[in-house]
Formats: sequence, C-alpha cells, structure tokens
Amino acid sequence: MVVTAKGVAPSVEEFKGQTLSWQVNSGIIELALYRTPCNELGSLSLGDLEQFALALGQLENNAHALIVHSELKSGFCAGADLRELYQRSQAIAKDDAVRQVRDFLERIHAVLNRIDASPLTTIAAVHGVTFGGGLELALTCDLIIADKTARFAFPELRLGLIPGFGGIPRLKRDVGNAVIRDLLLTGRSFNSTKAQHIGLVSQVVSEGEALRAARATATQIGKFDRHTAATAKQFIKPVPYEELRREIDIFCDLFSRPTVQAGLKKFVESTATQPYLP
Amino acid sequence: METAEKTLDEILTLAATHFKVPREKLSPDEDFFKALGIDSLQTLDLLTKLENHFHVELPDYELQGVTDFRTLAGKIQARL
Repeated sequence: MVVTAKGVAPSVEEFKGQTLSWQVNSGIIELALYRTPCNELGSLSLGDLEQFALALGQLENNAHALIVHSELKSGFCAGADLRELYQRSQAIAKDDAVRQVRDFLERIHAVLNRIDASPLTTIAAVHGVTFGGGLELALTCDLIIADKTARFAFPELRLGLIPGFGGIPRLKRDVGNAVIRDLLLTGRSFNSTKAQHIGLVSQVVSEGEALRAARATATQIGKFDRHTAATAKQFIKPVPYEELRREIDIFCDLFSRPTVQAGLKKFVESTATQPYLP
Repeated sequence: METAEKTLDEILTLAATHFKVPREKLSPDEDFFKALGIDSLQTLDLLTKLENHFHVELPDYELQGVTDFRTLAGKIQARL
C-alpha cells in the first residue's frame, strides 16, 4: 500500500483494465490479456500495458516472477491491431501517419523493454495464435511455456513490413539465423513441438495446461535467491537496445511505402476464409 | 507408411471429433470450411491438430486454396 500526502493511494497489486488485468499471488504477478477477438495490440491495449509498466517497479518489490497469459480461447495474441493501424493511417496525411506509427512503436518498445529488463523471472504461458506482436510480447519473457494448440508466426512480410515490436532483435538473441530467415521470409506458422525443437519454447504441455505449468515453474523459481536470479538474468539475457532502435527506423521507412497501404487494405477488407495465411 | 485412403479417413475422423460434427456427415470432396463451420482461427487449430496427429509439418502456404478433405489428405500424404 502506498501512502501519499493526500492519503492512501490505490494498491498497484491488482488492476482490471479494458484489455488486461494483473494480480499478485504468493510473489507471482499474473498479467492476463482478454481483448477480443485475440488480444490485438492497439491503442487501448497499449494504454493498459503502459499502466502495467508503470506499476512494475512497485510490483517487483514483492514478487519473484511474472506470468503473461491470455484468458481468450482463440489464443495468446494475434499481434498488432491492423484494422486500427489502417483506419488511422487513412484519416491523415502520409507523413503524419508515419509519425504516429513511430510514436506508437516508441511507446510499445518502452513497455516491452521494461518487461524484458525486469529483474523478475518472466514466463509467457501461450496457447493458440501467437503471431506477430503476440510472439514479440512472448519473446520479452525469459521462458515460453506453450500448450499443444500454440502456433507461432511472423506474417509481417506479406504486408510489406518487418516485425515492429522488437521481434527480430529478440529472436536473434534466442535462436539461430536460419530459423529467423525461415519464420520471417516465408511468413509461415509453426506449432509448439517445432518451436521447442528450435529452442524458442522451453516446455510443451497438454491443451489448456500452459498457465498451470507456468505457475508450477514460477513457484519453483521462488525457492531461489532473488538477487542471484536477477544477476544471472542480467548476464545471460541482455536487452539488444541498439538493434531495437534500428528496427523502429526500418519499420517506419517501410511503412511509408505504398506497398504497405495496399497490403493493409487487402487484409482489412479481406473476406477470405484464410486471412491469416500468407 | 499410411495409405492415402487411411490418411483421408483419419483426417475425417479427427475433424469430426474435434469440431463435434457427425463423422457420417463429412465427405472427402466437401468444402471443410462449410462442413465444419470453421473460421480462420479454427482452421489454424485444425492445422495444428493434423500436424500433431501425423507428426508432419505443413507450411501454411501449401494449404492456400485447399478447401476439401481429399486435397488436404494429399498434402499430408506427401509429407509422411
């Protein structure tokens, strides 16, 4: 509880926003996503995530682990809210649209960098669709625990873009370059078994069991000395800040090209039965 | 190695069970989007189920435009 000059401030230990909630139990922070249809990351989600990043400093004082998961059956997160991105970019001049995109990227990078650099041990418990920005969110975590329904993809190239929420620099930190080229250049998705085989996922569990397994892992981590765990993490998982900055620049350069507007239009207006397939 | 007919039969059974549709109502040349009443996210779910069942990898782009069970079985058979 925080006491201010005006009295008792609301506890940061619990929060329920429009797109996500968090709570702390036995030193484990659980960040739950629930924006339908599949936790698309737009301005609403970003606002809630910024609240979380702001509260994280205090939460870290009484916690040893963070679990990020989705309450939706459809999946962990389908990535950026492309409909919002398209509609906003249509309403303003091209230069303003690029500036707006850069601002959004700067803000979401700040949140994801904060989670990435947290001294807590962080776990993404994923299932179903874990695409684009959803995979980028998972990649900020130290461990990814996936159930057998999980599918991973970076489909951005079919829109004429690259992943913009830190995907490539964080993927480079974790897996081999051939895997990155495969994911990025083909845009194909792959399942949790394959994801574990290439080293992206640390545990694969039965359908619906990812959160339970993440809690068990977080409880085990709680037995270790916090300072040692945080020091080890800092040593083995540096945040690639320079490449993350470069990614924003490349994304904004690409976003100004007509190919992107055409790709977004095609996606938004598509009535195809397989719009997620490249 | 499984025969093409066995692969097709297993796909039909798996789809019927997973999406709770009577097996006898599914036929090999039917449009599975219509027969199962599934959307794009559920299609990905089906793809994952098939990969796990047959222990194969099916790149999404190979299934672009595939709408019937028989063609789907052919794609899987080619990777067994």
